[in-house]
Amino acid sequence: MEALDIARWQFGITTVYHFLMVPLTIGLGLLVAVLQTCWLRTGKAEYLRMTKFWGKLFLINFILGVATGIVQEFQFGLAWSEYSRFVGDVFGAPLAMEALLAFFLESTFLGLWIFGWKKLPAKIHLACLWIAVLGSVVSAYFILVANSWMQHPVGVEVINGRPQMVDAWAVFTNNTALVAFPHTIFGALAVAGGFLLGISWYHLWKRRQLGIDTVDEKKRVIVGESPEHPGRDKTDHKVWLRGLRIGAVVAMVAFAGTAISGDLQGKLMFEQQPMKMAAAEAACQNGTSFSVLSFGDVGSSNCNDVVAVIEVPGLLSFLAHGDFNTEVKGVSSLIPEYQAKYGSTLPNNPIYGDRAGQPIQYVPVMAVTYWGFRMMIGFGGLAAFAAFVALIIARKGTVPSSKWLMRLAVLGILAPFGANSAGWIFTELGRQPFVVAPNPQMDGIDPVFMFTAAAVSPGVSAAELIFSLVAFTAVYGVLLVVEVALLVKYIRGGVPSAMPELIEKKDSDQSQKDDDDVLAFAY
Amino acid sequence: METLPTIWFILIAVLWAGYLFLEGFDLGVGMLMKLFARENRERRVLLNTVGPVWDGNEVWLITAVGAMFAAFPRWYAALLSALYLPMILVLLGLIFRAVGFEYRGKVNSERWRSGWDWAIFGGSLISAFGVGTALVLTSTGLPLNANGDRVGGAFAWFNGYTLLGGAAVVLFCLIQALAFLALKTDGLLRARARRLFARWAPVALLPLLLWAVLVGVGGAKLIGWLAIAVAVLTAVAAVLAARRGREGWSFISLGVFLLAVVGSIFYNLYPRVLPSSLSASFDLTIQNASSSAYTLGLMSVIACFGVPLVLAYQGWTYWVFRKRISPASIPA
Repeated sequence: MEALDIARWQFGITTVYHFLMVPLTIGLGLLVAVLQTCWLRTGKAEYLRMTKFWGKLFLINFILGVATGIVQEFQFGLAWSEYSRFVGDVFGAPLAMEALLAFFLESTFLGLWIFGWKKLPAKIHLACLWIAVLGSVVSAYFILVANSWMQHPVGVEVINGRPQMVDAWAVFTNNTALVAFPHTIFGALAVAGGFLLGISWYHLWKRRQLGIDTVDEKKRVIVGESPEHPGRDKTDHKVWLRGLRIGAVVAMVAFAGTAISGDLQGKLMFEQQPMKMAAAEAACQNGTSFSVLSFGDVGSSNCNDVVAVIEVPGLLSFLAHGDFNTEVKGVSSLIPEYQAKYGSTLPNNPIYGDRAGQPIQYVPVMAVTYWGFRMMIGFGGLAAFAAFVALIIARKGTVPSSKWLMRLAVLGILAPFGANSAGWIFTELGRQPFVVAPNPQMDGIDPVFMFTAAAVSPGVSAAELIFSLVAFTAVYGVLLVVEVALLVKYIRGGVPSAMPELIEKKDSDQSQKDDDDVLAFAY
Repeated sequence: METLPTIWFILIAVLWAGYLFLEGFDLGVGMLMKLFARENRERRVLLNTVGPVWDGNEVWLITAVGAMFAAFPRWYAALLSALYLPMILVLLGLIFRAVGFEYRGKVNSERWRSGWDWAIFGGSLISAFGVGTALVLTSTGLPLNANGDRVGGAFAWFNGYTLLGGAAVVLFCLIQALAFLALKTDGLLRARARRLFARWAPVALLPLLLWAVLVGVGGAKLIGWLAIAVAVLTAVAAVLAARRGREGWSFISLGVFLLAVVGSIFYNLYPRVLPSSLSASFDLTIQNASSSAYTLGLMSVIACFGVPLVLAYQGWTYWVFRKRISPASIPA
């Protein structure tokens, strides 16, 4: 493998990994903030327990997102120095703003929230969480502004061979970013919804299993108490049932949100990156039908190898233009257009190294775009449908005692994660061979674009990249195992794992509330 | 007009100074987990002195690097790609450290805790060393060609300065952490930290001073030397204050020392941002490495509003958690 390919694998692995943590951070953060708000307003014990329990899981996940996020900010300079030089004038700004306006808020106020229980007045303590969560949402916006500029470069002019920002408003209100932002936030809520749903289901099932809760002849729940935890158990039941319902509703709303914003995003993409959408369809020829399923070799370079088996007439036109009979361009008619505009071989510029003069492959890896697109929608829809079914099954106050259903609910946690990852992989690989995709809407040729082949660091060797690729992959792999193990441990422990005072209450009467307690929370 | 690039040069120097000052002590506390704390309860005291603030401190690094990207993209690109291996190690170090802080107390097992203690120690050590490497080489130069790319292979950055800069930052962090612990803990820990600080500060601050002097010899500007003189005086003041049990003054003096040293280094570097050791004509300067006036203007507006805000709420955090911590304040 040459340096370029290794650098691409590294970027892909580190980014997809980072984006396993991010949606859960954003989505769960929002939900925990809402739960704590409910607690403050109603004073009900179950809301405090929910805040503590889900907050604990939130923190275990949060830290890995933070730790892997720093890698993201450094690696443009590390492995993609030519890219950084080319786009620094416009791309660096949202990154720096993310750090200054969002990361500081997020990390400082989360620190205040973690350690501020009982130290800060209740309302200020809650405000700290809201500010931290707001920080993570703002951070998502800045990152999407930066990413959207790579998808649809606006607000710049090429001066001395490099794009210079001339219109910050255009950059920060890039229509690509404005639809990607709600799409990403809803995607994050879908993850959080599934997470709440699956884990709450597990605990309700466990209570059935232990015989704490039973059902009457009408399948309505009879909430019981285990002898070891009198007084605690009835509240626990509320914690899980409410968690299940909130999770399911959030998951369904989030799916509707992703679908609507995704549709808008798709329509923009048909204009801005027609090749990406043609590849998402594995559509060779111009047409109006959307293929639900295709057979053949979608990875083949000759896309005529792909044969659609199930097609919905007119749907493709609707996705692209909002009507049913406008033809959408296929790969075969797009290739000559791209070649006419941007050349059919890489220019003879030292920036391309050995790759100068090589033919340019304008069609992204179709197997990835085609299946990425379908997995995104499929997993998302599946999760929303499952949430709907779960809500119906649990409407009488508990879940069936079926182990098989419980496993399905827990497994279902993964579906929104899969949808998020697939969506990112689709949109980033679909952009190839460009790292900054040119804008075909402009008259003539928009000079603001960059081939990925030109973006890699010229001074960095393949050996260095292999070292870092292996190191990141190994460390990330180990940390994923550790994170999941910790999550499982705390999930199994239930509410008391996040509120040890619930266990120790009986035998520690002498440890009265110490007003001089310096730490409300301690590492 | 070079006003905007100069402002951004100063702002980036401030961000690096802020990073070294703030994360200086939490990186140092990370290393002291193995070098200073004797048993689990002491380690938990150490962790909790930085617990609410270390993550916020780390953002100073992210902001410094982000500001380099936005204001001087060629500086960012050249420095990070030339220092590929050490920067990867810094990133891995920061990952282990961050995860260690958060996960250490999550499982009640001696092996688990000890493993994460090593991760926190090693991660802090490697990160501090790597940051020192990057900063020293941006002030003394790297073998860069006309495009700003490293010449001479994966280890072309390795020289005496690398070791000096790495050692300077590691030792500064350790001393800074002792000053911080003397200020933030109580009882035996406080006394031990203060004693160790007074004994080792004169030695531990030397490499940083030497670095400033070496950069000064190249630039030889009067204000740079004055700053170094201030640094020497404040270092002495910090030790004297510690001996008299005035931990607050000792900590503040150390902060002024750092500002003076970083100030003199960046002042002597100006208007270069990253010299090339191959040819002065390849030097990256505030003129040839900066973004457009438009971008710098936009970023200036954001910084004018953002930096004071950050200082205000981070200051508030330190106020909220101002109480001293001792083993007695650690719950079971």
